[in-house]
Amino acid sequence: MTITADNNAVPEKGRSLWDDARDRLLANRAAVVSMIVLAAIALLSILGPALSPHKFDTVYRDYVKVPASLEAYPRPEQVEPAFMSVAKRARMTVESYERDGDTVIATVTSKREIDPRATRYFDRSNLFKDTQLTDLASDGLSATVRAEINYLHFYFGTDANGRDMMTRTFIAGRVSLTIGLLATVVAISIGVIYGATSGYMGGRVDQMMMRVVDILYSLPFIFFVIMLVVFFGRNFILMFIAVGAVEWLDMARIVRGQTLTIKRQEYVQAAEAMGIDDGGILRRHIIPNTLGPVVVYMTLLVPKVILLESFLSFLGLGIQEPMTSWGVLISEGARNLQGAAWMLIFPSIFLTSTLFALNFIGDGLRDALDPKDR
Amino acid sequence: MSNENNKTVLSIKDLKVDFETATGTVNAVRGVNIHVEAGETVAIVGESGSGKSQTMMAAMGLLASNGRTQGEVIYEDRNILGLPVGQLNKVRGEKITMIFQEPMTSLDPLYTIGRQLAEPMVVHGGLSWKAARAKALDLLRLVNIPEPERKIKAYPYEMSGGQRQRVMIAMALANDPDVLIADEPTTALDVTTQAQILDLLRDLQKRLGMAVIFITHDLGIVRRISDRVYVMKTGDVVESGDTQKIFTQPEHPYTKMLLDAEPTGHKPPVPESAPVLLEAQKVEVEFELDTGFLQPKHVLRAVDNISFSLRKGQTLGIVGESGSGKSTLGRAILNLLPAGGRVVFHGKQISGLDRNAMRALRKDMQLIFQDPFGSLSPRMTVGQIISEGLLVHEPSLSAQDRDARACQALEEVSLDPVMRNRYPHEFSGGQRQRIAIARTMVLKPEFVVLDEPTSALDRTIQKQVVELLRDLQKAHELTYLFISHDLAVVRALSDTVMVMQGGKVVEAGPADAIFEDPKQDYTKELVGAAMLTQQHMMETA
Repeated sequence: MTITADNNAVPEKGRSLWDDARDRLLANRAAVVSMIVLAAIALLSILGPALSPHKFDTVYRDYVKVPASLEAYPRPEQVEPAFMSVAKRARMTVESYERDGDTVIATVTSKREIDPRATRYFDRSNLFKDTQLTDLASDGLSATVRAEINYLHFYFGTDANGRDMMTRTFIAGRVSLTIGLLATVVAISIGVIYGATSGYMGGRVDQMMMRVVDILYSLPFIFFVIMLVVFFGRNFILMFIAVGAVEWLDMARIVRGQTLTIKRQEYVQAAEAMGIDDGGILRRHIIPNTLGPVVVYMTLLVPKVILLESFLSFLGLGIQEPMTSWGVLISEGARNLQGAAWMLIFPSIFLTSTLFALNFIGDGLRDALDPKDR
Repeated sequence: MSNENNKTVLSIKDLKVDFETATGTVNAVRGVNIHVEAGETVAIVGESGSGKSQTMMAAMGLLASNGRTQGEVIYEDRNILGLPVGQLNKVRGEKITMIFQEPMTSLDPLYTIGRQLAEPMVVHGGLSWKAARAKALDLLRLVNIPEPERKIKAYPYEMSGGQRQRVMIAMALANDPDVLIADEPTTALDVTTQAQILDLLRDLQKRLGMAVIFITHDLGIVRRISDRVYVMKTGDVVESGDTQKIFTQPEHPYTKMLLDAEPTGHKPPVPESAPVLLEAQKVEVEFELDTGFLQPKHVLRAVDNISFSLRKGQTLGIVGESGSGKSTLGRAILNLLPAGGRVVFHGKQISGLDRNAMRALRKDMQLIFQDPFGSLSPRMTVGQIISEGLLVHEPSLSAQDRDARACQALEEVSLDPVMRNRYPHEFSGGQRQRIAIARTMVLKPEFVVLDEPTSALDRTIQKQVVELLRDLQKAHELTYLFISHDLAVVRALSDTVMVMQGGKVVEAGPADAIFEDPKQDYTKELVGAAMLTQQHMMETA
């Protein structure tokens, strides 16, 4: 039974199928939550590194592999041993040690004359800042050291080099999402144009174009990437060219199949009977009607590309230090799973929630664009 | 109107069906009372959207998941509405069975006919496979399938539409049902097949004594088969009673409108002096069928040696059943597929021209399709659809001019130009067909091939579209090639008629001569099956 549109209200603007699809998508709770999650992750990845107090490549030698914690470092019990060891390095003997809130006050003696520049030993440590040498004795062999404790937060812990995992996870998100999106855009634009042309032209042209796709399919992906790396060296752009160049093959096949069915639709025949040229038919009739499956495939392609990038980085063919991606972080985390689980957990949470979100959005889009399938 | 009595087998009392949709609640059925007695045929008529199918679907518990029902459906003193599926299945499919419109999709293509018939008997009836098979064979005989021993091993694709519908009927009869619900069972079939299926149903009913509820939009069928009629409109029964009474003394204005919806009138003849616009000589279309590796190519002659000539302002009607090659002929004339023979348009030979050379001529030669749902691109607005042809044929027009022309074309087909920013799915079938007509009219063509332009529409809408086509022809001196299987519409619109069968012309001549005095057997059968006589009966009544 068809439900006829209410003719009393005549809106100036019609509701396109896209409008309907958007409404159905917004009614899908899982998809909406996923979109919010994805938007939050994207925002964190873009703004996070700038807001974070740490830089993604700053090394804190005193905080190698510290666990994730909401409390600030250093912990109270860490301060004294650390102070002692710094003093020892500065060839000082600590006579008295006293802690006053966030300040450490100690009297030190030395066999040699104390150089005022010795404060740098303390400042260079990640635990202290603004160290001052006061009450320097006239013989220069004893003095009082006042050092502020430098409180730092590592909410996600630090990695094996003492870098803040939180900032690194955010910056990795930037890289992963960028590669995911760019490679997908590359793959989809090539795939849609190639597939639609091939399907619409049909006959011998179609045969030729699809055999080319088959040949490219038979190239081993890793071999292809290694070749690219050998020729052009490792860089970021190469990553999504490599991934995009492989992933468009699937897209081309999907779009070609769609085009073959759409080509037989009466509205395409009507356009042909009206004398519209091939370009116009492709642009106005075929491509817009293939976009439904394309959009759905896109949401599935983004996670696939992110995983591919992780895989390449895992093999050492991808992103280079100190830059990082979720794949790299996870592979490092996996190596340090014993004793430093946070190195795996946090990037994994980000990656999996992104993948889940994209998949739910994909499902939602499919339902929204193709309500008959439900 | 007969009232309920002890012979009543199924009665629907105050049934309401609502659908919860994103845009609010749609009241599809608004309190309907229908009953049927043993051995009686009851027809429910109405146009699409009247709720006639939804009423029966609701009674059978087959509604879409967003449907809500209220009321009572009494079968054997029990309300079966809203029963749990387990209990409902004891009634539905056994004692109350349904046949649907689409015989092409109702059968599973992966299993043989015999297996599909036997399976429910084995699974539900507890018969052995052998006994079920024997019974299936009996059923196939019962529904007059030729060579039942061979057909029982056939797959659905090996059977014609009519045969598949017979199999569906056989399936429905497997458990000696008390009530058979037939939902537009003949709509997808050709007229002659349709007549055979109706005869079969009537015959079976007499023999088996079941009650039949026949859902249809076709009044010809109602008159032919039913004892009583319910006329439905927008979810309500507006009139009910004995068939004879409804047809002779309709009371409700809607019933009168339905009865009056048969296209009438004749086309005024074109003066002899009118110039010849299009001439086709010995047009042939052949398709090579793939038969397989190393086997000789099988050639199908879809159009075989057809010649005609059309003068400006004339309409040539082409009638025939599906597969007769009438649509292929229309496309061959427009040079949309490779064809043999000669087509001369305006004194210029167009057969053999390539796509680029044809492009200039496309403006003057247009095509309108059957399916108003498939022929409009769903992602473009109506304005874009209508003005698309202007992009090619009048590229000098500005976007504003194109828009103005689209408005003009919409007005010409009696649609409000305000609607040009809407999308095709927001329109009804009749409105879409008007849009399709506007799309061709915007180019101001001289010759239009109309490929079943009214077949997918309700009768009352059909009549309006026929009127519109007639007015446009008068206003612009259009020449039509009108392809249809609907003889009533062809008769109302054409000067000359060509009857096609198997790619060949069976009979050709002036419209009235063909319909009133058919010479060939096939034409007689066709005219007889189309129940044109009914129109005469009504006119004399």
